[in-house]
Amino acid sequence: MSIHEEKIKELELKANEIRQSVIEMLVEAGSGHTAGPMGMADIFTALYFHVLNHDPKNPEWPERDRLILSNGHITPVRYAAMAHAGYFPIEELKTLRKLGTRLQGHPERERLPGVETTSGPLGSGLGQACGIAYAARMSAPKGRGFASEGGGDGTRFRVYCIMSDGEQEAGVTWEAALFAGKNKLSNLTGIIDRNNIQIDGMTENIMPIEPLRAKYEAFNWHVLEIDGHNIEEFVDAVEEAKAIYEKPTVIIAHTIPGKGIPEIEFDYKWHGIPPKPEEAKKFLDELRTLKGKIVSEHQ
Amino acid sequence: MKIENRELLNLKAKLVDNLFDKEYLQYVPTRDGYGKGLVEATERDERVVALCADLTESTRTHWFAEKFPERFVQMGVSEQALAVIGSGMANYGKIPFIASYAVFSPGRNNEQIRTNICINNVPVKIVGAHGGVSVGPDGATHQALEDIALMRVLPRMVVVVPCDAFEAQKATVAVAFNGQPSYLRIGREKSPIFTTAETPFEIGRAEIFRDGKDAVIIACGILLYNALSAAEELSKEGIGCMVINSHTVKPLDEKTIIEAAKKCGAVVSVEEHQIAGGLGSAVAECLAKNYPVPQEFIGMRDRFGESGKPEELFEHFGMGVGAVKEAIRKVIKRK
Repeated sequence: MSIHEEKIKELELKANEIRQSVIEMLVEAGSGHTAGPMGMADIFTALYFHVLNHDPKNPEWPERDRLILSNGHITPVRYAAMAHAGYFPIEELKTLRKLGTRLQGHPERERLPGVETTSGPLGSGLGQACGIAYAARMSAPKGRGFASEGGGDGTRFRVYCIMSDGEQEAGVTWEAALFAGKNKLSNLTGIIDRNNIQIDGMTENIMPIEPLRAKYEAFNWHVLEIDGHNIEEFVDAVEEAKAIYEKPTVIIAHTIPGKGIPEIEFDYKWHGIPPKPEEAKKFLDELRTLKGKIVSEHQ
Repeated sequence: MKIENRELLNLKAKLVDNLFDKEYLQYVPTRDGYGKGLVEATERDERVVALCADLTESTRTHWFAEKFPERFVQMGVSEQALAVIGSGMANYGKIPFIASYAVFSPGRNNEQIRTNICINNVPVKIVGAHGGVSVGPDGATHQALEDIALMRVLPRMVVVVPCDAFEAQKATVAVAFNGQPSYLRIGREKSPIFTTAETPFEIGRAEIFRDGKDAVIIACGILLYNALSAAEELSKEGIGCMVINSHTVKPLDEKTIIEAAKKCGAVVSVEEHQIAGGLGSAVAECLAKNYPVPQEFIGMRDRFGESGKPEELFEHFGMGVGAVKEAIRKVIKRK
C-alpha cells in the first residue's frame, strides 16, 4: 500500500472542504460548471495535497511538477484546491468570474501564478503537456532525455494533464496522443475524467468514445483504469505511471458527475450550470454533515 | 529598364544598384531567406527549436533539421498539434518556430493559435509558407490569401511579411528574439532580391524605399518589387510616387504612413492577399482615423486563386505592374 490509511482519511476530509468551496464559489459567481468540479474533487485533492511536487509559495519553481488542466471549464475545483493548498487566500475564491478577478471563468496562465496554461477550448491541453514534456527532455543532460538515446527519463519533474471524456472527441487530442506515443513521453501522465457526460448529453449517445482503453493502447500508451473517487487507487496509479518507461501513461478515472450531492449526481444537465442560492444552501448542508458518499467507500 | 530618377530612391534604404536590370538581379524565394534565418537564429541561441508538419523541405526548415537534428521536431500532418505542442515548448522556455503552409497554419489551427499562443501569451513563431497566389500551379487550396487578416486581428500577435529573401532572413532572426507571438509569411516562388545586407530592418518600422509627392504606394511582400517598377514607369509620365515597404503589418508604423499620406494625399496599398483584412485594410483603418485620403487597394477581390504561373496569376487577378499604375492614376484623380 503506497499511502497510509490515516492520510487517505485526511485527504477525503480535505476533498469535502474543497467541494464546499466549489459550491460556494459557483453560487456566488452565478454561472459556471458544477458537475465536473464536484466529480474531480477527490483527484484534485490527491494531486495538490499528496502527489504533486510543488511549492505554493514559489509557483514558478522550475522543478515543480506541471499540472495542465485541458478541460478548463472545471477550473473552480482547481482554484479551490490551490487556495486550500496555500497559493492564494481562500477568500479570493469568491471573486470567481467577476470583473478584474485572477480567477477567470476559464483559467488564464498570466492571471494567476500556478496556473500553467490558458485553457477552455477542448482538446488543446494534451498537446501543451506534450510540448512541455518534450521540451524538458530536450533540456535534460545529454543522453538522458530520451529513451531512444539509452538514457530514459532525465527530467526532474513530471507533467500531468487532466482531460475530460468529451474532449476525446476532438481531433487535436489524438494528434497529441500520436506525438506522445511516438516520442515515448514517459514523463507525461494523462488523467481522463470519465464521467460519461458532456454538455448535450451522455458521451456514448453524442459521439461514442469507447473502447477508450483500446484506443490509447493502440496509440502506444500505457493505460490504467481506476475509480476516480478512490484516492488510494489514484495514488497507486500515479505511482505505477512513474515506473513505466518507454510509454506515456493515461489513467482513465471513472467518476460520478456531481459527486457528493446525490440530487445532481449523474445528471448531465448539471454540466454547465451553477446551483441557485437555495440549492447551494441545501448542498452545503449535505456536505457539511457528510450526507454525501465521500467517506463511505473507506469506512 | 533604366532608372531615370535615381535621386528619388532613398539611398538610406541601400537597395541593389541595378534595381530594374532583370538580367542582373538574383531570384530567390522568401522561404529560402527564412530557412537561412532560422539557422542563423539557432546559432545565436540554443533555445530556438523548430517544428514542422510534414513540409520540412518545402518550407525550407530542412536546413535547420539537418544541422540541428536534436532541436527539430517532426509533427506529421498535425497542424493543430503543431500549434499546441509549440505552445507547450514555448511555455517551458524554448523559442519554437512552427512551420507549415499558411492555409494550414494559421488556417486550420486558428483557434489553437488564438487560445494557446495568444491568450496564453507564449512566444511561438508561426511560419506560414506558400503565401499568396504566387504559389502558382497548386491552385486555390494551397494559395493562402486570408492569413494576414487572421493573424492581424489577434491581440499580442506580430505580423511580418518580408519583401525578398534577404529581408525574410532578417525578419526570421528578428522575430526569434522579439519575445512575442509572431507570424512570418513567406512565399514559394522565386522573386527578385532587391534589398541588401545594409537595408535597415526593424520590426514595426516601415522603410521608405522611394520618394515622391503625388501618391504613396504602401506594400508588403514580393509585390513590393512591382510597386517600385510601377513608380519608376510612372515617373516617365511625370507622376511622382513614394514607395513604402510596410513589412510589419502589425504593429503598423502609423507615424510613417500618416506622414506619407499628408505629403502625397493619395494611397495605393499593394499585397498578395484578400483586400478584406490585409495590409490595405490596416492602412485604411489608420488613415480614416488620423488623416483620411483617397485609397485604392491592390489585392484579391473577394475570390479564390487558381492554377497558373505566378506572373500570369498576378496579371489575371489585377496585381501586376499595369494594375498598380492604373490604381495610382485613379487615386490621384480622386484627390
